[in-house]
Amino acid sequence: MEEQPKLPDLSEAERNALEELMPDEMNEIITSGIKRRHFLKLFAVTGASVLAAHLLGIEQLMARSVPIEQQGPVIIENGINLSFQVNGSSQQLTVDSRMTLLDTLRERLNLTGSKKGCDHGQCGACTVIVDDKRVLSCLTLAATCEDKKVTTIEGLATGNELHPMQTSFIKHDGFQCGYCTPGQICSAVALMDEAKNGEASYVTANVRNKSRSVKLSNEEIRERMSGNICRCGAYPNIVDAIREVHGDKAVAQVWQFADGTI
Amino acid sequence: MRPFKYSNASDPAAAISTVSANLTAKYLGGGTNLIDLMKEDVMHPSDLVDVTRLKFAKIEKKGNGVSIGATATNAFTANDEIIRENYPLLSMAILAGASAQIRNMATNGGNLNQRTRCTYFYDVNMPCNKREPGTGCGALHGLNKNHAIFGWSEKCVATYPSDMAVALAALDAVVQVEGLNNTRRSIPFADFHRLPGDHPEKDNNLKQGEFITAIDLPANRFAEKSYYLKIRERSSYAFALVSVAAALVTEGNTIKEVRIALGGVAHKPWRATFAEQWLTGKQATEANFKAAAAAELKNARPLSHNKYKISLAAKAITRALEGAMQGGVYGAMEADSTSKN
Repeated sequence: MEEQPKLPDLSEAERNALEELMPDEMNEIITSGIKRRHFLKLFAVTGASVLAAHLLGIEQLMARSVPIEQQGPVIIENGINLSFQVNGSSQQLTVDSRMTLLDTLRERLNLTGSKKGCDHGQCGACTVIVDDKRVLSCLTLAATCEDKKVTTIEGLATGNELHPMQTSFIKHDGFQCGYCTPGQICSAVALMDEAKNGEASYVTANVRNKSRSVKLSNEEIRERMSGNICRCGAYPNIVDAIREVHGDKAVAQVWQFADGTI
Repeated sequence: MRPFKYSNASDPAAAISTVSANLTAKYLGGGTNLIDLMKEDVMHPSDLVDVTRLKFAKIEKKGNGVSIGATATNAFTANDEIIRENYPLLSMAILAGASAQIRNMATNGGNLNQRTRCTYFYDVNMPCNKREPGTGCGALHGLNKNHAIFGWSEKCVATYPSDMAVALAALDAVVQVEGLNNTRRSIPFADFHRLPGDHPEKDNNLKQGEFITAIDLPANRFAEKSYYLKIRERSSYAFALVSVAAALVTEGNTIKEVRIALGGVAHKPWRATFAEQWLTGKQATEANFKAAAAAELKNARPLSHNKYKISLAAKAITRALEGAMQGGVYGAMEADSTSKN
């Protein structure tokens, strides 16, 4: 299977940015596209803190979205005129009453970060944040989102600055194939607020002890993230990534490149 | 998914009148079960009336008890201060169910109206009297590892999947319902869900169009000694094989009052009344807990693949009662049971 698609045509500025980071790899990238190997090297040469901004640049480069054509009024059976906010911008569109929020984000708004895993509410890959709560977009009808605010993985970064949870997932290698990652990260971002609000879980020692905020143990993080399945089994690293953002001190990175691999 | 009309209700009376007049109309709460069933073509309503914006989302004191709004979410309910303080059993049960995302979506009324997760019910290629009356029960002589050991009929051996409902059964909740023309009635929780009998297509005793507005909980003295134990095939985000809601009031070591309800064993949350009667007035000891569990389970009727649920339920009842005696503290109970094994 292809590891990554070929790079689209690079602008002058984009080519300069990649060249500056990985001068030796440029010819190969231009002829055969960016590979996981390049990505890892990019990670190694920049270091986690510098990487964030560059990575976002590359991500935008790789996933430049096609502008959605202006659509005239659509008349369909059981059509719903929907007006809501996605990642801070207002959206108005006509949807089929059967359309889920997930399909609306992916197929109508070109926001393909939210993933369709099982499409039955069992895997969490489609997790987005609606009115500050994490929910499953595959079991949410778009029609129910009137006037609501939806945040997807595409809306977490501020400009070129990744959300701390995104940076932490990269630092701790909280993924392998990456398919569950947007859902994991959205879920983890909302979890931080739940912890700040002192919400309980099934493994909370005593639900009668209410506190303003709760400090999450590894067991608590695992229980509260159980709605997000990772088939690659990156769970230990996901827990580390979340613990780093949740806590007040850095969590040691448990992996490194083997000698001679880059 | 088949076509349906969606409407967003702003007036309860109008919503009730729409759904009452149309046998194929359904209320839509969080949709976590209904939308899935529609994708699977198990359910195919012609109309969905979204009730999540109706003003039934409050949790407030009512008399000496509390009233829980039907459109409040499960997550909001589990974390409500009144509930956590006075009905920790309910918080624990809700938090044992589903995932954080689903609890954020699911409403309390919807939780009580969710359908069984019997795989024969879900698979439209299989016979199922609950889905299509008269087609037979695929599970009766099929794969019935997850099915009922109490109260089943030849027509249906499915179990009720909710955790929340098991706690509500133990706490003697009352379901408040509104029908056409402002008619209201209160349904004691034990009478809300049904045993399958000859009509497994009916999960509960609501009439078409009747809308749950609230669930009332009477005052009780169980807050200090209650526990919800859920046994499942992975440690989180799975339905119960067996679950137990246990609550006690003791004086000295004598049991003055006890409630035990089981999940995963019947077509409705199963109140273990034999065990409760056996224990009342006795000493709170492990031996008595075991004897009480045995008193309940001697009436169990297992199917071909679920005899294991009898010993599992007996042990779960004992452990849940021990957990309640230890103040419902999750870690203490788990650590204790680990050290014993």
